[in-house]
Amino acid sequence: MIEFDRVSVTFDGAMEPALRDVSLSIDEGELALVIGRTGSGKSTLLGAMTGQVPHFTGGTLAGHVRIDRRDTRDHRPRDLADLIGVVGQDPLAGFVTDTVEEELVYGMEQLGLDSSTMRKRVEETLDVLGIADLRGAALRELSGGQQQRVAIGSVLTAHPRVIVLDEPTSALDPTGAEDVLATITRLVHDLAVTVVVAEHRIERVLQYADSIIHVGANGVVSQGDPATMMVTAEVAPPVVELGRWAGWSPLPLSVRDARRRAKEWRSLDAQPLRLPGDPTGVVALEAQDVIVAHDSVVAVAGVDLTLRAGEITALMGRNGAGKSSLLWAIQGSGSMRSGSVRVPASGAAPDIDVRSLDAAQRRRHVGLVPQSAADLLYLDTVGAECAQADRESDRQSGTCRSLLDNLAPGIPDDRHPRDLSEGQRLAVVLAVQLTADPPVLLLDEPTRGLDYAGKAALRQALRDLSARGRSVVVSTHDVEFVAGTADRVIVMAAGEVVADGTAADVVVSSPAFAPQVSKITAPQPWLTVDDVRYAVGEPS
Amino acid sequence: MSPALPRAVHPVAWWGWAIGLAVAVSAVTNPLLLLTALGVAALVVTSRRGSSPWAKSFRLYLWLGAFIVAVRALLHVLVGLKFGETVLLPLPEVTLPSWAAGINILGDLRLEGLLGAVTDGLRLAVMIACIGAANALANPKRLLRSLPGALSEIGSAVVVTITVAPQLADSVQRVMRARALRGDTSRGIRALPRIALPVLEDTLDRSLLLASAMDSRGYGRRREVTGSQRLLTAICTFGGLVASAVGIYGILDATTPGWLGIPALALGIALSLTGIWLGGHANARSTYRPDPWRWPEWLTVGSGLAAAVGVHLVARTDAASLGMPLSPLAVPALPLLAVAGLLVAALPAFLTPPPPSASATRSSHLRLRAPLGQAPRAEGPPSLSQWGTKSKRET
Repeated sequence: MIEFDRVSVTFDGAMEPALRDVSLSIDEGELALVIGRTGSGKSTLLGAMTGQVPHFTGGTLAGHVRIDRRDTRDHRPRDLADLIGVVGQDPLAGFVTDTVEEELVYGMEQLGLDSSTMRKRVEETLDVLGIADLRGAALRELSGGQQQRVAIGSVLTAHPRVIVLDEPTSALDPTGAEDVLATITRLVHDLAVTVVVAEHRIERVLQYADSIIHVGANGVVSQGDPATMMVTAEVAPPVVELGRWAGWSPLPLSVRDARRRAKEWRSLDAQPLRLPGDPTGVVALEAQDVIVAHDSVVAVAGVDLTLRAGEITALMGRNGAGKSSLLWAIQGSGSMRSGSVRVPASGAAPDIDVRSLDAAQRRRHVGLVPQSAADLLYLDTVGAECAQADRESDRQSGTCRSLLDNLAPGIPDDRHPRDLSEGQRLAVVLAVQLTADPPVLLLDEPTRGLDYAGKAALRQALRDLSARGRSVVVSTHDVEFVAGTADRVIVMAAGEVVADGTAADVVVSSPAFAPQVSKITAPQPWLTVDDVRYAVGEPS
Repeated sequence: MSPALPRAVHPVAWWGWAIGLAVAVSAVTNPLLLLTALGVAALVVTSRRGSSPWAKSFRLYLWLGAFIVAVRALLHVLVGLKFGETVLLPLPEVTLPSWAAGINILGDLRLEGLLGAVTDGLRLAVMIACIGAANALANPKRLLRSLPGALSEIGSAVVVTITVAPQLADSVQRVMRARALRGDTSRGIRALPRIALPVLEDTLDRSLLLASAMDSRGYGRRREVTGSQRLLTAICTFGGLVASAVGIYGILDATTPGWLGIPALALGIALSLTGIWLGGHANARSTYRPDPWRWPEWLTVGSGLAAAVGVHLVARTDAASLGMPLSPLAVPALPLLAVAGLLVAALPAFLTPPPPSASATRSSHLRLRAPLGQAPRAEGPPSLSQWGTKSKRET
């Protein structure tokens, strides 16, 4: 179905090819999972399949890519539209129309199908994806999971033989991601379409994958059977990491398989590994009865929050649960209808009301890294950004730069912030905000777009901060990150706090959102592979 | 006739109706007729507008009209020619040097002159209200969708622009908020690059994503067209262009023979339309649920035409009754034929099918404002029990 014949891709101005001599083939009806580190060339590989590389992106493609015997040399993406459906990361960015029904027919209209066929396919697709009740809804009002399912539906209506998905769940909350992944597996099982998916929640798709395409460093691509490929892959979800450490062979690919292998661990004496967060730590920030309303919609409905020094707090909850609104309100820059946010002043002075300060002073007490971190960067080099950060925080010049070198060594001064990887850009923004040295640091969805290694680096940075007595709040959907990082977890729903406790208490008790290790080893209280290593000692 | 099922009337029909009404009032300064036309437009809009955000725009056009009348009156007070006998407000007149003779600044305000200015402004205001009515009644997106095949790509591009534009406002808001996080709240020209740079980059990224999504969904696909057909299309469009130019020349220049005027223009238009129709063949695009053109559409266009014809007939027989009698000042006449024509234009308010109900075409005007410019999400009724239970889904 899909055939790569010694394909190399070199982008204009790049010294090294993004893909090097790739030969692979994907059969009809197969589910191929593309894995690799962020920036390794996964998107380039997918782009080459859809013809967007090089027709849309530019660059030079050597070799041949054939989709059902159509060569992308002679066929532009639009000429492949009846054969390949493409679903991107951010569904909203790809929507052309306003409502679900119009979006579903857009592709068919371009292909020139007749009216009765379109009517029939719209109904079929609405049913297959379980979105019939959304038919007339405006696309922007849907939840992320629904949007992504509509995006899948909108390519399905053209009856493509191949569907290519580039990280379809990276912008979704866990529930939305579940829905989308369920849809993908359904495509493979029921509709027999060939599916190529790049996905960072590898573990969710791994068990259904027929082959793994691993994009390694320097654009070297290898293809193979999932169980063998995962033994050496550069990226590994906790279940695989656990399997590698325990030396299980063949490597279990699903939580279910791993659970059967981990039988003897379950009967071990449970050791309480993690000490509950120190409730006597110094209060770093106290928010009382915070209410945030956007027009008539109440985003945060009376939240009390006490942050303590040296504590990493994870803020979880669905999209729209009020996490961002709460963080912005606590920082003082966002709107807040009523409530108070106070930080202790030095010495015996009375507490400071954060919201009464001006923006420049506020950030010395509470720092915030927003969801789209790149909004903070507006200069054209990293060095200029660092110098500007030193100036606006009245720090010695070089402060920001040395912070950055600690977080992510080796980013040259003359690099443009837009040319950095997702993780490097986050590091720059983090360094800029840390230059003011706020005792409380808030991060809104920092794990988005980071791969396992990027998350590990972020985790280390946050741990260092908390060790220095800073209080850190991270809003995130990433359960594994929370399991490995947070001391305390707060769950929000509909603007209210519905759970507040240690990571082990809150996360483990939730069957859908428990981390993999906890699912594998329940009823043990282990959350991460490190916990297991510590508790089990040597693998048997 | 049984009552029609709710459906949207073809947008082109609404535009035809509105243009008919606008043409009718274009030659009228009689306030009775103008207000009748305004009333007709308002009646049709209130009874037949849909639920799209556009539908609410009629009020804006009314305000614009009121503004125009006010400006027209104000200009009259300042520099207008004040004629008539009834002095409303004695004002001093500024004498200008001889090179600016003929322009009167201020001067006694007289009733006749003011009424003339106001009715003149009202005429423009009502014409604008007619266009506003068309805009409120016909969703511009649907209008663009009914463009002929050869022009559909332009239509698509315009639709996308309309869709993407509001996101620019979101970006600006988001970047402004982000700047506050760096302690930078300066406004004005110095802050401009710091806002513009991230916003432009963001917009560019988004446009590229959208363009690539449209490309891979088949936007701009073409059918195989034979060389002879392509040549025929080219001949038709080019010939049409030349013939139209000649025709217009013929109409404007009185010394040319008669056959060069209207017949040549008609030939040119016919050739151009054929060219567009032929060119549409290369486009493979089809339309889902095309708006049908049935008797309500004919009725709508016809009623607009009736208004124009009614007023035109009166203009040929009794042109004075269409104006506002100013010297001497009198009550304006009420030419029955013109009134009848305008009232016929109100028929669509009763005879066309009603617009589909709001729930079926729930649209983006319900959009909520979410923090950070992130897309608002409509979540199901949130409840505690949903946290920690597996999401419902078919397997």
